[in-house]
Amino acid sequence: MELVKPDFGLVFWMTVSFLIVVFLMRKFAWGPILTSLKERETSIEEALNAARKAKDEVANMKSENERILLEARNERDRILKEARETKDQIVNEARSKAQVEGDRMITIAREAINNEKMAAITELKNQVASLSIDIAEKVIRQQLGNDEKQKALVQELLKDVKMN
Amino acid sequence: MLKNKRLAILSVLTFLVFTLIFSVNRAQDSSHSQLPASDAHGTEVQATDATHGSDGHGTEGHADAAQGGEKLNAGKIIMEHVADAHGWHLWGHTEIPLPVILYNSERGFSVFSSARFEHGHKTYGGYKLEGQKVVAVNESGEVDAHSATVNEELTAATTDISITKNVATLFIALILMMVIFTSVANAYTRKRKGLAPTGLQNAIEPIIMFMRDEVIKPSIGHKYEKYLPYLLTVFFFIWIANLMGLIPVFPGGANLTGNISVTMTLALFTFVIVTFSANKNYWEHVFVMPGVPKPILLLLTPIEILGVFLRPFVLMIRLFANITAGHIIALSFFCLIFIFGQNGTGVGLAVSPLSLVFTVFMTVLELLVAFLQAYVFTMLSAVYIGAAIEEHHH
Repeated sequence: MELVKPDFGLVFWMTVSFLIVVFLMRKFAWGPILTSLKERETSIEEALNAARKAKDEVANMKSENERILLEARNERDRILKEARETKDQIVNEARSKAQVEGDRMITIAREAINNEKMAAITELKNQVASLSIDIAEKVIRQQLGNDEKQKALVQELLKDVKMN
Repeated sequence: MLKNKRLAILSVLTFLVFTLIFSVNRAQDSSHSQLPASDAHGTEVQATDATHGSDGHGTEGHADAAQGGEKLNAGKIIMEHVADAHGWHLWGHTEIPLPVILYNSERGFSVFSSARFEHGHKTYGGYKLEGQKVVAVNESGEVDAHSATVNEELTAATTDISITKNVATLFIALILMMVIFTSVANAYTRKRKGLAPTGLQNAIEPIIMFMRDEVIKPSIGHKYEKYLPYLLTVFFFIWIANLMGLIPVFPGGANLTGNISVTMTLALFTFVIVTFSANKNYWEHVFVMPGVPKPILLLLTPIEILGVFLRPFVLMIRLFANITAGHIIALSFFCLIFIFGQNGTGVGLAVSPLSLVFTVFMTVLELLVAFLQAYVFTMLSAVYIGAAIEEHHH
């Protein structure tokens, strides 16, 4: 029974020393240890969070870059397209202008030619007329060189008049 | 809140009253049985003295006695090793004397070395050793202990707060723990601040983390931080003390955590903490379990009230019984050598390898038990605290 009988001396020393040690351990051992463990845990967590954030940021930047690149490409395409359109427009304009100018010049030329032609025709007419008169005069002079012939002619003309 | 405090004080007082009644009864029992028992002890010691001039202290003394034709008392040897002592036995008749501190209401304080008793052969300052118990005698000065007569009245008035083998082991265990953990703390705050842990710090850290994250936090809940210092101290103290008990030579060898006084004190600490941190919800569950019909409450409430005191009691018994049993079994296997040795040295030698294997096996098992019991004590303390501070949720 000696074994299960609490001994006052041991209980006394146990209580006193254990309480002192719990107090000391709390102050000099558990305090620093547990605080450091907690600090380390939070710092690890923070580092992980920061890493995750950095990763997200990099991903964001990448997508941003891609977006900018895409925009630039689109812009280039747009500019190229515009340039092409402008070129086409300019060419077309020039072409139509040239056409109009050409048409105008052709018309002027045609008119001038016409005029010239008319003038030439008139002159030719006049010359033909004078030539014909000359020829006619000469022929008439020859035919009507004697009186008989003149009389025959008058006769004939008179015949015609009677018929009318 | 105030009501809880009052209830806490009340239950601690009740517990103390019961403990007091219990110990008074025990004391009376032992004083009744003291005389014949001590007589028997005395004669045995004298018989041994007659053949060898020694009190047969320790295994070797008894082994000698055995060969001298004396009957070997294995039970006595084992009990001597398991129980507390006023000197720290090293080998043969060599022991480290420890301070004896006595307070007597008539004689006042007496402080002297346990060597003065000369292994129980001499009285000193009106006291003598009876087994390992200091008793007051009528004769003052240094006379032969065997002729001195015990003064029962003065013995009852004597309070023994000696630094016994267990108290010395307790101090060594506590100092060792302080040294280990302050050096670990130093590594955290100064030496290797912000660096990866190495060495001792690296060995201790996972254990602290395990106790904190796997045992204490799940058992107590979010308010666990307040109780961490106590629970961690208890855990490492029990573990270190258990391991020291496994070392057969100085500074180990004492059966500290297998001593009922130590486990009782530890269980009382847990009980006080549980009782003083208990909230309204806890007391409600003890006295008026919600949702239980009135007639059943008549049955349940006494059981619950008993349970409040049974919990620390079980904590006390479990640690005490486990460690003491381990020591007793290991010593029993060891004693086999000497029991068989009584039939001749050769028989003893023949049995010794088997006995050694058993003892080694038990020691290895005790290594596991050392951790396990520390773990169980801490975990149950945490669970009881957790139950006491659990918030009402339905």
